[in-house]
This record gives sequence, structure tokens and C-alpha cells, in this order.
Amino acid sequence: MSTTSPEALLICEHCDTVYRRRTLERGEVARCARCHAELERHHALSVNALLALILTAMIVFVQANMWPIVTLGLSGQYSGTTLWGMIITMWQQQAQVVAVLAAFTLFFFPMAKMLSLGWLLWFARRGRRAPGFVPLMVGLHYLGPWTMSEVFVLGALVAIVKAHNYFDVVADPGIYAYAALTLLITIFAGVDLRQLWELTPEDPA
Amino acid sequence: MSALPRAAELGLIGCHVCGLTCRTVPGDDRLDGGGHGEEMACPRCGSVLHRRKPNSYARTWALLIAGFLLYIPANVLPIMRTASLNDIDDNTIISGVVELWVKGSPDLAVIVFTASIVVPMLKFLSMGLLLLSSQRGSGWARPQRAKLYRLVEFIGYWSMLDVFVVALLTALVRFSLLSRVEPLPGVIFFGLTVVLTMLASMSFDPRLIWDGRDTDD
Repeated sequence: MSTTSPEALLICEHCDTVYRRRTLERGEVARCARCHAELERHHALSVNALLALILTAMIVFVQANMWPIVTLGLSGQYSGTTLWGMIITMWQQQAQVVAVLAAFTLFFFPMAKMLSLGWLLWFARRGRRAPGFVPLMVGLHYLGPWTMSEVFVLGALVAIVKAHNYFDVVADPGIYAYAALTLLITIFAGVDLRQLWELTPEDPA
Repeated sequence: MSALPRAAELGLIGCHVCGLTCRTVPGDDRLDGGGHGEEMACPRCGSVLHRRKPNSYARTWALLIAGFLLYIPANVLPIMRTASLNDIDDNTIISGVVELWVKGSPDLAVIVFTASIVVPMLKFLSMGLLLLSSQRGSGWARPQRAKLYRLVEFIGYWSMLDVFVVALLTALVRFSLLSRVEPLPGVIFFGLTVVLTMLASMSFDPRLIWDGRDTDD
């Protein structure tokens, strides 16, 4: 055992079974023989492709936050909102808990995720570790499931259908930006970011 | 050594944060999450190494029970008020689902029902089942239980759906006297339930399913 380097072994996160690692073919997914959880998958997207997707996601995210999402009309009056309009209204309506939840899961966490990924990938392109690589990677691990833009898109759809019975509903550009963002998030969901640990060599201390 | 060796048997620990395989002294009880003495840190990411998530059972039970207690007012109390000139209507989660169904969107009614009722209930039942069976070291249906845990983890955050619906409607329906929507306390309890159940499923260590008496080959 003493001849095996730590990188040559793989431990299933779900049941602690140890495997010897092997190179995966295109499209291949390694699964644990004991608990059938995914161990590792072939990285179909290069660092450059990931960086391009992150930059796209950032642009779309700015638009999703700036533009109004939906506008309602009732006998000549119109009322629209952006994400931050929604957060501020919830705060004013004595639902501060909801306002804070929405601000973090729909704005701060997604933004932190995209900025740190963009920063890490920008340096990884040249095979280098970005300044702050370790804390950012640890931070990304803990951010995990706390970004909820895709849930918000479905929520907006439900809200539109509910409002449709009583009001004129106009879908604004913000909702399309959100739809595009959901698509990008779905692509990223299949990417194992731990590959960045191995793609970039450790800086000599 | 069995055909599928486990990290603990080989004196190895997989870092929970970055996944690096770390070597330890076999049987070193400092790394069993008991919290005695000095802790070992992952050489790559600096996180504290544990064989199992620390106090997994106690934390998961506490968060799950707290989540369940908040789920009661979340369902009993109304989550949203629709007010117009001559009418005030308070909606609970379930009356919102019924309204969607009756007003001709049964497909969305099913989605909201799934996200707000089925998913939280499934989480309470599944996590309770996983905790009880793992604490008894049961060898029953281990692969299925492992799969159930992954399902709970994957669908957990979709329950936030109804919270966002109420928030968006509150911000949109602002026609002074003609028509207004206000959030009511139920939505706060519901939001907290979702956060607590998410934390509960994160504190549970799926490796515990495979610990205990070894009945698999």
C-alpha cells in the first residue's frame, strides 16, 4: 500500500469504499459498486469552455437582476418588479426572514459562486492556482445547494399562472434572462469542480 | 479484507470537502469524530478530517425535529392574503394548490403540491427511516436506502418554490385599494422548514448506512 499515491485512490463519498482510479473514456461515468453513487465522470468540458460558460452566466445574471421579471396590469394600472424589488417588498411586509432567504439564495450566493468560479478558471486556463485558491474551493463546496435561481424560475411561472386569472400578465425580459440562467446552471450541475484541484499544480510553499 | 475495502479498514480518510485520500494510523480514535485531543487537517484544503460527519445522528435528529415542528404552523397558518375592495381571502399552502387545480392549471397544481407537501413529507419520513435504521446498524435494503438519501438531497431545495411564489405575488400585486397581496406568517415558517430540512439532510452521513454489522458480501 505504501507505494500508492493518494491521487491514485478514490474514496466513495457515500459509503467510504476505496477504489483504484483509472482514466475514464469520453462520456464514461464511474459508479460505486457498493452503493451505486457516482464516483467520477469524464470531463467533457475544457477549462476554456467552462470559463466561457461562466462569463455568459455572469452577463445573463446581471440582466436577470436589472430587468423587470413580470408586469401585471389591472384596469389601466401597471405594476412590475425586479428581483430586488421583490426582496425589498418582502422586507417591508414584515417577512424579513423571506427577504433574507431570497437575497442570499437568489443573489449573494449565486453571485459569489460565479465570481469565484470565474476567478479560479481564469487562472486555471494557464495551469495556475489563483490567489486564494484553497479558501475559494472550500467556500464553493459549502455553497453547494444554497443557490436557488432555478427554483425561482419555476416559482415565477406558478406566480404568472396564478395572477393570469385576475390580471393582464406581461412577461418582461428578466424572466427570459432567468430561463437562460437556469439552462447554464443545469450544464454546470454536471461538472465536478474538484477536478480543479488536480488540474492545477500546487504552488511551491 | 473483503472485495470492496472501506477507507476506515485501510487507515484512509477521504476529505469531506475536497475529496483527497488521506492516510491515517488505523484505529486512531482521534479521527472518529469523537472530538478528543488534536484534530487532523487535510493537507490539501486544510479542512478538519473526519471518518464520519461529527455528531451526525444528534444533529440530524435535532434539525429534522425542529423542521417538523415548524412545518405544522407552516401548513395550519395562512401563507398569503389577497385583498380587494370587497373581499379578503387568506390562503394556506393547500388552499393555494386547490385554487390552482380549480382555476384550470391542474399540471401546476401537481407541481406545487409535490414541492410543498410531498417533498417535505418525503423528507421527514425518509430521514427518520434512514436515522432509525442506521442507528440500529440494520443491513436491510442498504443500496435502496443509499439511493433514497441521494434522492432526498437532490430534491430538497425545490420546496422553496411556494416561498418564491408568495414573494413574487406580493411584489407584483400592488394596486392600492383594488387589489393587494400580503405575505402572512405561514410563509416564514415554511421557509424555515425548508432550510432546516436541508441542513438536516446535509448533517446526515450516508456512510453510516453501511456501518454496523457487515452483512453484505
